[in-house]
Amino acid sequence: MSHRQLSEQEAREKSGELRSYLWGFGLALILTLIPFGLAAYTQMAAGTLYLVIAGCAVIQIVVHFRFFLHITLARNKREDLQLILFTALILAIMVGGTLWILFNLYYRMMPDMLP
Amino acid sequence: MTTITKPNDGHANQTPHRAHHPGLNLGPAHQESEDTREEMVFGFWVFMMSDLIVFGLLFATYVTMLGGTAGGLGPSDLFELKSAFIETMLLLISSFTFGMASLALKYRSDRKVLVIWLLVTLLLGLGFLAHELYDFHKMFTEGGVPSRSGFLSAFFSLVPLHGLHVIGACIWLIALLGQIAVHGLDPPTKTGLMRLAILWHFLDVVWIGIFSLVYLGGIV
Repeated sequence: MSHRQLSEQEAREKSGELRSYLWGFGLALILTLIPFGLAAYTQMAAGTLYLVIAGCAVIQIVVHFRFFLHITLARNKREDLQLILFTALILAIMVGGTLWILFNLYYRMMPDMLP
Repeated sequence: MTTITKPNDGHANQTPHRAHHPGLNLGPAHQESEDTREEMVFGFWVFMMSDLIVFGLLFATYVTMLGGTAGGLGPSDLFELKSAFIETMLLLISSFTFGMASLALKYRSDRKVLVIWLLVTLLLGLGFLAHELYDFHKMFTEGGVPSRSGFLSAFFSLVPLHGLHVIGACIWLIALLGQIAVHGLDPPTKTGLMRLAILWHFLDVVWIGIFSLVYLGGIV
């Protein structure tokens, strides 16, 4: 496969996609630096800090899916979005159920295990 | 002449930019095997999502085990912010360089460009692994071994499993570089590269969970 001259439209598309990767990388970088920076250099209350860390993580996951894995809301990609959303549903049920049951057990029987 | 809004029911008359499968599509410049690629990439997505459930449940196990240090060392004694940050950066940059490799593949840049981006990605992945192993070694010497407590067992089933995935991805990447060298960019190699890209970006997504929940959550 040798080097191929890109048509004008392809060249435009390429620079668009390159920009999309750069955006994704920049956003991910910021969303990484915020929680690390706050954890390292500030004396925030632990509760607030947990919320900030969790918020940044969730946004960064969405950024990765959007810019690196190219999952968008476009019409022709709906079925994969459904696959991912269904997985998220299963995860929510199983992870949520696990945490609920076990922490309830700890609360009733092993209070030492509560963090 | 009544075919204005006929739904796309086959392969005839495709618009050149219809997406065939989730994620980055190679597009019209790589028409030769679009059909198999569609199946294989979608199948790989299904696998990836089932893997996500494994990781999700290990995260849940880890959280339920946070209190179970059995009098041994806890998260704030064992984890270091600096090394977690270095590992995070290595993986994030490698995700970006793999993206550049995907673009080099899609737009048929010189093969050298593709191979260089892949090699950079491989080096970053290996750097991540080396740093992670060094971290585990340090934890071991401090007495943080998996059999010490429920908390450490949960930690060592979650984080090294991610590391094992990265090892697998690196081996796959080396194999694909070999395939490129021997066969050139034939359709199986291209499909392999696209699936590996999904795995690589996915592993970075899992790492977001690990550094947020395990490392940052443990240190704060």
